[in-house]
Order: sequence, then structure tokens, then C-alpha cells
Amino acid sequence: MSSEEVQECDAGETGALIKAMAGRIWEGSTPSSPVRLVGVRSRGVPLAERLAAEAVAGGAVGAVDITLYRDDLDQARRWPVLRGTEIPFDVDGADVVLVDDVLFTGRTIRAAIDAICDLGRPARIRLAVLVDRGWRELPIQPDVVGLKLKTDRCDRVRVRLRPIDPVEEIVRIPAAPRLSPS
Amino acid sequence: MPPADAPGSDPAPTAWTRKHLLGLEDLSREEMTAVLDTAESFSEISKRSRKKVPALQGRIVFNLFFENSTRTRTSFSLAAKRLSADTQDFTASVSSLSKGETFIDTAKNIEAMGCDVMVVRHPTPGAPHLLSQHVSSSIINAGDGAHEHPTQGLLDLMTIRRAKGKIEGLTVALLGDIAHSRVARSNIWGLLKFGAKVILCGPPTLVPRSMERLGCEVAYRLEDVLPRCDVINVLRIQFERQQGGMFPSVGEYSQFYMMTQERVRKAKPDLLILAPGPINRGVELTPEVADGKHSAILDQVTNGLAVRMAVLYLVSGKMPAGE
Repeated sequence: MSSEEVQECDAGETGALIKAMAGRIWEGSTPSSPVRLVGVRSRGVPLAERLAAEAVAGGAVGAVDITLYRDDLDQARRWPVLRGTEIPFDVDGADVVLVDDVLFTGRTIRAAIDAICDLGRPARIRLAVLVDRGWRELPIQPDVVGLKLKTDRCDRVRVRLRPIDPVEEIVRIPAAPRLSPS
Repeated sequence: MPPADAPGSDPAPTAWTRKHLLGLEDLSREEMTAVLDTAESFSEISKRSRKKVPALQGRIVFNLFFENSTRTRTSFSLAAKRLSADTQDFTASVSSLSKGETFIDTAKNIEAMGCDVMVVRHPTPGAPHLLSQHVSSSIINAGDGAHEHPTQGLLDLMTIRRAKGKIEGLTVALLGDIAHSRVARSNIWGLLKFGAKVILCGPPTLVPRSMERLGCEVAYRLEDVLPRCDVINVLRIQFERQQGGMFPSVGEYSQFYMMTQERVRKAKPDLLILAPGPINRGVELTPEVADGKHSAILDQVTNGLAVRMAVLYLVSGKMPAGE
């Protein structure tokens, strides 16, 4: 953690949030009507895998790469590297839970929903996020939230999760204070 | 841990910073890896029931073909459509070129219609390079004379990498009309940069000894080469590019160089056979070999679509300031 970062949750607290989210996602699910988790690359994928590991019946986890569905691709300074969508189950008629680490403007989730709907017609899509930091630009709301975090618009929020990161934590990086005009 | 050039390994960090794809001679191994890894991601799209993504929505791709082509033009058109770009074919025979308009003026007029990417096939080597200096659209070389055919080279690399899990260390023979083949040149540049050993095999009139300077082995007897090959890329005899007969007869060529079941049996059991097409059954390879278990000819067509999607996607990106 750098000196500018404010730790909101350490590894233990982050793990507890994920466990609580899993309880809500798997509540009432049965092997005959399985819930399908789809993580948004990149940190939505290990989060989805952790949530799936908490399920009694287990569950296949998919990964969605939203790059080709971004609404700001034209403005990108450099074309992003693709990491690929891998959904190992039939999306048609499925009860899908879309999983991401941080919910901010809602544009990533809009792109992820478009990407999933191009693969088939799910019966339902719900949204689970570890951190909801507010500042939505689209009418998108999560169904399952680990932590609701009050932030300024220009703050950054980082979720670190194994195996992508060496440590697990949730940090907020406050926006640099603006210089007052002289 | 997968080898560095295996599918699924991390994308090359250098990714792609070029506006054009003019040939493989200019590209580094890292740049080619960036294309191949991007193409792997696009392969998934072709397996969907709805084979389309919005990445190039609003972009216009023109196919400028000054030479006949069905396979490459169709592949580029379909690739552009799968990325949601608008596509337009330009056919030289019915254009104002027949009224005396120059190649560059034609391209400038097309650009004035809002073109973003020009896919150019031309019988003159270097024509796409020339165009890249006179228009601001991205240029993709879809074959320039006997010079280069970079997307064919890349799709061949992708097919080999998928089938063998690697390219480095393999022995790849290019068989047949090397002298007149743009596919051969792109293959040579690509394969050598990935660390493959390249053997050029065919009649002496079609495989000049001078090509050894490129870093390849030159061989004239297929039987000497067969047992060592992991991959044989069977090139078409380019009758249309030959001034006169470069060998006594098609029958004699077939006798010495056609890939037959008997010759396949003399090779390694996991031999991979490629052919860029259009294939001449009974000249370069027998129907049994073309349709046999060693053949990756249709995989090449499938991979070609993914490679062309990748190239269209990458050249359409915004270049960082100053590049």
C-alpha cells in the first residue's frame, strides 16, 4: 500500500465481505436451478471464483472481457489488449450473476450486459459487486453489495485480490487536492 | 508454464503501435505475437450464434482489389462485418482507372468518402507501401505481386502455433513455387523470427539458391527433406506469374513434388500440411492428402478470419501522440 492510499478493508475484512456476499447469492439456490457466475475481467473473475467456492453445489464460473463493447473505445489512447471471453455454460435461460470488484459509473456493467446478451438470452441477470463507490452515469444498481463506500468523484478505489495481487485489501486513493488559483 | 509463443500466454506488453500492416519483414516477433494473441480472442466470436461485436462501429473499410481474389477479399469483408464496420468493395476493372485515373488519385477519392482502412491487393510489389505515403487511412497489404501477403503469413503462424503449441524449434518446409510466391516471403520472415528452421524445396527454377541468403535451407529433392519436417506448406504453382515454362510439364512437377499419401508416410507421424489455396488437386497435393488427417487447410481459412479481425482491430486503434 502506498502512502497516498487509505486502507478501507484489510485481508480479513475483505474475506468476510466476500463470504457475506456469497451467502446472499446462493441463498435459496438448488442444483436443479443453478446460479451461473460471470466475472468481469480482470478482478471480477477471481472474485466470482471465490463466490463459487462458497456454494454447496459448486458452480461453473465464466469470464467476460468487455473491451470490444466499451463506449469509449474511440477515445482510447491506445487500443486495449484483448483477454477474451470464456463462458463454459449455455447462457440461454440461465440465472446469471455478473460479478465485478468495483461499481462506479455503470458503463462497464452496461458493456458486460451487452456482451452476455450477445451470447444468448439469460432468464435473469443480477449484479454482485464487492465495492459500490457511487457516482453512477447510467441507471444500473447492484443486487448484492459487499461494501458501500462514500467517495469523491475523482477518488480512485482499488480492490486487490489473490491470485492477481500479492495481498488482499480494499484501498481508496484520494484525489490530489486542487491548487487554488493565484 | 506455456511457452512464450503458446496460445493463452500473456499478451505481449508492447502490443501494437502501427498504423499500417504492410509486411512481415518489418514486424518484430512481439508485434506478430500481439496479432496472434488478439486473433485467439477473436476466434471465440466466430463460435457464437451471434457472430458480431461493436468494436469498429461507424468505421469504414474499403477493399481495393486490383487483382482477382475470392478467399482473401471475402475473409476481410466478413472480418470487418464481424467488428460492425461498414465495408465497401472496389473492383478495379469497373473503376475510373480504366479511364486513366491514377492509383493514388483513386485512393484519395475513396478516402474523401470517409474511408478509415484500405485493404489493398495489387499486382505491383510495393503498391500498398506507396499508398501509405499518400493517404491518411490505415493500409493493410492483402498481397502485392510476388512480394508479401502478411495476413496469410500470420494465419499460417497461427495455424502452426495452435496445432503444435509452439513455432520455435520446428522445421517447416515451403514446397513448390517459392520464386513467385508472396506467401513464401511472408512465411519466411515470420517463421524465422519465431525461431523455426525453414527449408525451401522445389525445382531449381522455382527455388533460387540465392534465397539461402535469407537464412533458409534450399533443397531440390523432396524425399531428402520429408523425414525432418514438422510442417509442410504446399504452395500453388503460380502459372499466371510465370513468363514461360519453369519446369517441363505439370505431370513431371507432380511426379517429383506433389504431396501424396506415400510421401506423407515417409514423414513424421504428426506432420502438419498447410496450403494457402486455391489448391490444385492432383498437381500440388492429392485429394486424399488435401482432405486427410494431416491437412489443416480448412483450419487456415477459419484462422484467417480471426487474424484479419485482429489486424483490422489493431490498425484502427488510436496511435499515441508522436507515433
